[in-house]
Amino acid sequence: MQRSISLQQAQGIAGSLFDRPIVRSILAIVFAFLVFAIFIAMIGRDPLEIYSKMIEGTLGSKLGISEVGVRMIPFVLTALAASIPARVGLINVGGEGQVYIGAWAATGVALYVDIGTIWLMLPVMAIAGFIGGAIWGGVAIFLRQWRNVNEVISTLLSNYVAILFVNVFVFGAWKNPTGFGYPYTSNLEFESILPAIADTRLHMGLVLPVIGIIATYLFLSRTRWGANMRAVGGNPDAARRRGIPVLRYIIIAMLVGAGLAGLAGMSEVSGIQHHLRPGISNNLGFMGFLASWMANHNPIAIIGTCFLIAAIVVGGDVLQFSGNLPSAAMLILIGLVLFSVLGFRRLERRAE
Amino acid sequence: MSDIWLVLNGTLTGVVGPGISVLYATYGELITERAGRINLGTEGSMLMGACFGFIITAETSSATLGVMASMIVGSGLSLVLAYLVIYRDTNQLATGFALTLFGAGITAYAGRGYVDSTIGGLNPISIPLLSEIPKLGQALFEQDILAYIAYALGPLLFLGLHYTRTGLSLKAVGESIDVAFAAGRNPRVIQIAAIAAGGALAGLGGAQLSLGLTHTWSEGMTVGRGFVAVGLVIFAMWSPLRAMVGALLFGGAIGLQLQLQTVGAPVSPFILDMLPYLIILFVVALWSRASARAMPEGLKGVLKATT
Repeated sequence: MQRSISLQQAQGIAGSLFDRPIVRSILAIVFAFLVFAIFIAMIGRDPLEIYSKMIEGTLGSKLGISEVGVRMIPFVLTALAASIPARVGLINVGGEGQVYIGAWAATGVALYVDIGTIWLMLPVMAIAGFIGGAIWGGVAIFLRQWRNVNEVISTLLSNYVAILFVNVFVFGAWKNPTGFGYPYTSNLEFESILPAIADTRLHMGLVLPVIGIIATYLFLSRTRWGANMRAVGGNPDAARRRGIPVLRYIIIAMLVGAGLAGLAGMSEVSGIQHHLRPGISNNLGFMGFLASWMANHNPIAIIGTCFLIAAIVVGGDVLQFSGNLPSAAMLILIGLVLFSVLGFRRLERRAE
Repeated sequence: MSDIWLVLNGTLTGVVGPGISVLYATYGELITERAGRINLGTEGSMLMGACFGFIITAETSSATLGVMASMIVGSGLSLVLAYLVIYRDTNQLATGFALTLFGAGITAYAGRGYVDSTIGGLNPISIPLLSEIPKLGQALFEQDILAYIAYALGPLLFLGLHYTRTGLSLKAVGESIDVAFAAGRNPRVIQIAAIAAGGALAGLGGAQLSLGLTHTWSEGMTVGRGFVAVGLVIFAMWSPLRAMVGALLFGGAIGLQLQLQTVGAPVSPFILDMLPYLIILFVVALWSRASARAMPEGLKGVLKATT
């Protein structure tokens, strides 16, 4: 047996390895971190120190790891909110607004509907959050199909409306009368709070993204409907000729996606914040959007990209806290990672 | 009754100022889209322009340098999009949107030390005689220099698009890259130039916001004006002259909202803050069918609605 391989064979192996999307993505992420290291050096800091602090703060302790998990819960949901509509060719940039409306609806139920038992309260809050997000996203579909408005424009602008919509309530009718004038609602009661897991900030909301990922993966890869969604996203006219009810798929994909973003809002209020306040989402929807595009909308890959983004965000908080770097700098790093991943992706066809 | 009159009167004089920054961004997006590309990074370019225009003006005490810097950074950010969408064939909308978040990160970082400070920046210049026209004079001719340039830019862009070789090349590329290429034009160079020019104008709009309108910098201060511009281009049906009408509409919405707040309308100020976005969404919805017919051929793949 000849054990050694020729140079040509080696190049072939390296080439086919480089053709694998995951290898390209990892190289792209490394590249982005290198570019950001140059940026850190340019502002007069030590990149090695910054990166080691980030790793230590995220993966170096039980607290760090659980915090990454805490961030991943809403990120995975908002990433699915972008990826499910993307399957049928829709671009949902409205995750941010849908999170706000979901959080608002869930808080409304928690504060103003007397349900009593936690076993009923939490599911009802989740349903309210889902429906709230879905309605908000549904407006974009209505405008798209019946008023010819591209969903990108309607979802982008409606984000700003949603933020203000929540403000109307937390500065107004829902403001906690005993809250020293802060624009917060009253704190949620025991039965409307997602229980914490093992003395960390991790909470039972964790089941939402887990179910979401598994269900989405199975649905997309194992059912006829999943295949149909891909057909609608690829070529709607051809799909229609094959008898697929295109409009129904578009409506459902958007409603489910937007509903999941609404669930992220519910889980933030019920699991972490325990009251509604302005800025409750703080880029959750946007981060999910980036995670979904980074993962090419693949539900399994989304776990990886959400982990990466969550780790960067938590690492950024550690740096901010220790005075090394303001957390705003992490948006720069996340942007670099996405550009790099998109840019490293193999060209399907040569442009022109 | 007198309240209503007060509101209308105040809205009229305040209708132009808040619209100028959006008008620049709309011009920029319009040029980009005429070349067949869409740039959602316009919002990011505006933020970059607002932030670095402010920083450079504060550090050098020269608003001219600040304005120039705003165009450079706005354009620089948009070139990232140009590279990725033209050479790497990435999705335009996702790339542009990521660019906006990237710009938000850079400006939040770079502008930290400048929040809450005020500078002279650009001050209103009264045009003799014209500014004395009752009502209208005050509204139109007591503005900063960038506003007057914006007035002139609309008709100039209109003429440039329809009657110059450059403008015709731009439109040809936006209609069909293949046909333009066959006709001996270089579509890539033209698209890159259009995206760069669009980013520069968006940056300029940002500078007008921080240096001319508010004289301050705050994180995320554009609050969606760049996205409003993307909507207004559709309302404007890719015509610079109609873009001016669109900017007036946005300025009017902001002016109305501010006036209603001043007279103490019995509505939550946050509902009033929604007005500009809702009005823009409304007019886009109203004109979108007519607009779809005017859309450059090259945009139809990305900006489609109704499947």
